[in-house]
Amino acid sequence: MKNIDIKRLLYTHLLCIFSIILSIFIPSVFLENFSILETHLTWLCICSVFVTAVNLLLYVVVKPSASAKRSSLSYKVTRFLKCCIYFLMSCFVFHVIFVLYGAPLIELVLETFLFAVILSTFTTVPCLCLLGPNIKAWLRVFSRNGVTSIWENSLQITTISSFLGSWFGAFPIPLDWERPWQVWPISCTLGATFGYVAGLVISPLWIYWNRKQLTYKNN
Amino acid sequence: MRLGCGAFAAGCVAVEVLGVALFLRGFFPPPVRSSSQPAPPAAPEPSAGASSSGTKLLPPLFGKVVVMLIDGLRDDFVFGSKGVKFMPYTTYLVEEGASHSFVAEAKPPTVTMPRIKALVTGSLPGFVDVVRNLNSPALLEDNVVTRATAAGKRVIFYGDETWVKLFPKHFVEYDGTTSFFVSDYTEVDDNVTRHLDKVLKRGDWDVLILHYLGLDHIGHISGPSSPLIGRKLSEMDSILMRIHTSLQSEEREALSPSLLVLCGDHGMSESGGHGAASLEEVSTALLLTSSAFSRKPGEVRPPERVQQTDLAATLAVGLGLPIPQHSVGRFLFPVMQGRAMREQLRFLHLNAVQLSRLLQASNPVYEREPGFEQFKMSERLHGNWVRLYLENNNSEVLLNLGAKVRRQYLGALKSLSRAVSSQVAQYDIYSMVLGTVVVLEVLALLLLSIPQALGAAAELEVPLSPVCSLLFYLAFLLLWAMHVVVCTSAERSRYLCSLTWPMAGGVLALVSALLCGVLSALTRTCVDGKLLRRNPTPSSWRWSELDFLTLAGTAGHVLSLGASSFIEEEHQTWYFLVSTLCLALCHESYRACFLGEDGEPRHCSSPASALQDRSVSCDVLELDQACQSPSSLDGLGGREKYMALASPWLVLGCCRLLRSLNQTGVQWAHRPDLGHWLTSSEHQAELSILSALSLLAIFALVQSRCSPLSKGALALGLLGVYCYRTATGHLLFPWQQDSKDLSRGIIEARFVYVFVLGILFTGIKQVLKSQVLTADVQAKTVGLWDVHSALVLLAALLFRPHNLPVLLCSLLTQTLMARFLWRPLGHGAAEVTIMHYWFGQAFFYFQGNSNNIATVDISAGFVGLNTYMEVPAMFLTAFATYAGPVLWASHLVNFLSWEPSRCSSSSVPQQSGHAPQVRSSLCQGDRKAIWRWGGPASATRCSAPSRCPPTSSWSPPCATTCSSGACSPRSSSTRACTCSSQPPSACASPPWAGPAPRQTLGE
Repeated sequence: MKNIDIKRLLYTHLLCIFSIILSIFIPSVFLENFSILETHLTWLCICSVFVTAVNLLLYVVVKPSASAKRSSLSYKVTRFLKCCIYFLMSCFVFHVIFVLYGAPLIELVLETFLFAVILSTFTTVPCLCLLGPNIKAWLRVFSRNGVTSIWENSLQITTISSFLGSWFGAFPIPLDWERPWQVWPISCTLGATFGYVAGLVISPLWIYWNRKQLTYKNN
Repeated sequence: MRLGCGAFAAGCVAVEVLGVALFLRGFFPPPVRSSSQPAPPAAPEPSAGASSSGTKLLPPLFGKVVVMLIDGLRDDFVFGSKGVKFMPYTTYLVEEGASHSFVAEAKPPTVTMPRIKALVTGSLPGFVDVVRNLNSPALLEDNVVTRATAAGKRVIFYGDETWVKLFPKHFVEYDGTTSFFVSDYTEVDDNVTRHLDKVLKRGDWDVLILHYLGLDHIGHISGPSSPLIGRKLSEMDSILMRIHTSLQSEEREALSPSLLVLCGDHGMSESGGHGAASLEEVSTALLLTSSAFSRKPGEVRPPERVQQTDLAATLAVGLGLPIPQHSVGRFLFPVMQGRAMREQLRFLHLNAVQLSRLLQASNPVYEREPGFEQFKMSERLHGNWVRLYLENNNSEVLLNLGAKVRRQYLGALKSLSRAVSSQVAQYDIYSMVLGTVVVLEVLALLLLSIPQALGAAAELEVPLSPVCSLLFYLAFLLLWAMHVVVCTSAERSRYLCSLTWPMAGGVLALVSALLCGVLSALTRTCVDGKLLRRNPTPSSWRWSELDFLTLAGTAGHVLSLGASSFIEEEHQTWYFLVSTLCLALCHESYRACFLGEDGEPRHCSSPASALQDRSVSCDVLELDQACQSPSSLDGLGGREKYMALASPWLVLGCCRLLRSLNQTGVQWAHRPDLGHWLTSSEHQAELSILSALSLLAIFALVQSRCSPLSKGALALGLLGVYCYRTATGHLLFPWQQDSKDLSRGIIEARFVYVFVLGILFTGIKQVLKSQVLTADVQAKTVGLWDVHSALVLLAALLFRPHNLPVLLCSLLTQTLMARFLWRPLGHGAAEVTIMHYWFGQAFFYFQGNSNNIATVDISAGFVGLNTYMEVPAMFLTAFATYAGPVLWASHLVNFLSWEPSRCSSSSVPQQSGHAPQVRSSLCQGDRKAIWRWGGPASATRCSAPSRCPPTSSWSPPCATTCSSGACSPRSSSTRACTCSSQPPSACASPPWAGPAPRQTLGE
């Protein structure tokens, strides 16, 4: 049972990684002069769309969370709208946090906001898919020993590693190497992406290694 | 013998300061100064008995001197392929003209200001000079320009402003261009060149100095291989040609030849910067041209490597001035080649005498220097030569002897110059090593004694056992032997060797005593560790995310100092860390608020085990806290709960505002910031309003905890601060629109000083009183807060008006953090200390400081002083610079001083029959104590099932100790005695608990 779950987890994660890789290579077929560094904003949008799409697809196909009790259409629609609002709110909250961290207030607003969008894509979208718009559940998952399934466990790991990735991504900015990727917010977005990918790779492995110790309340 | 914790810490700090001072003494050797301050008279010509006319100075070699200084002129720009291509006239001069070319080696730091000093004084400016010259930017040291002005020469200068700052009154005519706008490389040079025609035509000057900045700016923008460099070099070449032809045509009328010097101040690295010691940065071109120089046709002279400091002596000799006293250079002998033998020898002698005087001043064992012996010998020979010369013995012998003397002199000069400059440039390794050893030993001792110091008794054992004494004597003897060996074999002076032997012995004894202390502490730790391993106690404490963050952040900051960019931009590191800290606190407070009861796993050992030995006072106390445990935030009233949730965001917002108040660092320092906007003259009204509001808010934040007397003094003092700033013209009075008479605000500032001292005095008096009359905890708290408010008032006086919001935000952050986060969330002493350290560092940079000494605001040292007085000015400047860290440190003392008062309540039960268990409970709590020392700390982490309803509002632990007797009847006896032994005043809610209702004892 558990091993099958872990395998499914691994495959879904591989699909997510694959979507990020696709977002790097597919646009260059359609768009001229596409490169991650030079047309960074375009890439951010495309990557965000790809990852969101894959997450939604997986949510529909795999259904890791317990199915909703009521499944009337209106309930689904309100739930979806709620999710959209949550996503937008998380974008704005991240934007505010970046500005508080020292991002320029007026210049580069679009760049900062797109960074917020991509970080929300890596963190909020999986949360919304898995937990739904339920703040209490989020707080439970992100506190110590609060997880109840391997899906939540992997969610915890990928989210934290995305945050850590963007946090570490800010380190090279003050260095005087004069590289194109040191410009705000490229290093941070790249850091977030690497962190997300690393989280996707690490979480199935970590769960596999620790499968003996991991006991969940529900399983 | 046992030593108290405080005494131990104070001793460690004192020894640490001593060690650092010793290290710095070795790292920054004092600059070489000859002792005789007034310029010594020129040495007479040695004549070996015969009468000579030799005391007077020789006439100048050159009538006019033009120094054309091109910033960043690397040697290959003139002598390399670029020179051939872009500087045809200069190349012609180098290869065929009457000129001497050199590669002058600059000493690091290869930055313009020290290099200019080196060019005119001939000395090597040490790092200490920067500190010594804080009060006046003008160059006070003996130098060529001052000498020339004193000798009545007319000096004209055009170019870099730095010169005008160095020589404010020396030039008859000057035009300084600022080097601030690096992106401009044409205007800066045109501003110099536009004066050229007029000046060259006029000819009523003796020395003309031109400093061209354009080349260096191009280097900074696009590097040494940019095409712009070539264009700039051609421009410089044409200017050189103009000056040279004009000088030549003038020479035909005047009789004396003139000298044209083309030189660079420093080179340029391959990336275009400068400052370090790479070959490209230290090699500069130096070209001397004069019609007095003779040259056989076809003679090739490859550029010789000389020191940059040699130019000062050469210029002095060329202008017929005495060589600057502190010059370590020897004059460039080729300049003299055409002159008569007697003149040559005379100049060589003057230079040698000057250098040997410098050597005598700096080196106590100067007789042993080979250069000095050589100099003495050549002086003797010189005397013989002069005697022969005066006897008109005009033969082959005279010529040969002269050549021999000259050779001797040149050799002597070379070794003298080397000896003197090595004296300057070398570190005193011995002092540095000893200083490092002392610092490291103290550090090790501190680390090893942490468990003991934070333990129950807070006392440390001083090892006085026979083994230790024996070890001490052995180490001392060994060190003494080493000291003797080092000092007798020293070829140059060492600071420790020049001390009297009791002093040096004291330092060595200190080193060996510390060694013994470290060793004994180490053995004790090992033994304790073994004991612990034999009967392990379950560790009840786990690291929280915040502990991890504070430790990793501090370690990461230390690591980041390995990269120079991170040092230049250190403020970014601190801002980043502080923001992260705020977010982590935010996370913690949200979790405590929303998941208080069931979400949070318990860190504390199971309540059951604690209940088993409930008689143990500490655990009882912990459980008492646990009563109001989940507590912490649930216990808060609604408004305060919201404040706890909002305050991290408020603090983050404050930090973001302050961050845009003062741009600092290197890379982004030029960005516009609020500080500049506020200080510009058209926004004076806004600045006045902002300052007034800040002062009001500062008063509101500080006054609530002051004693009534100092409350009044504080209000008057803050009013005085505003008056002081209006008197100096920074701010406006609303009713006095035009302030016509600007005074320096001496009276107002002194008025504030009186209040600062008054508040400080009352505060210290209270603290001392509480020390004498024990257990008057409140008096101590109030006293400490008075001291804190005195510091705040002083900072408000010294800060520039636009920095007053920094002070306000610092106080606001302190209040919010202490009241809504640190206390309710129960952070331990160590965590709070590290957080205070982080905030202190961040506020240091919020003030606009950086790691560059140029950002130190020296004007703070003159507040309220009529004249420059070194000690007060230094103190005030240092305080204004480090106000952020100092205020946070004093707040830390305030914050922690209240907590141990709880501990006294926990120690009371010891006397009431629970003594045997106290020890063990404290042992168990020991590891926790390191991090969670103090009271409410244990409360949050450990939540026993809430056996009593949370109190309506959070109340100080002390009061809880007394009030929660109803919680469990079993321990009520303990508590009763705790309560009764506490004076009621100690149980009163502390000032920061604000509106929390006081809980009475009998509840």
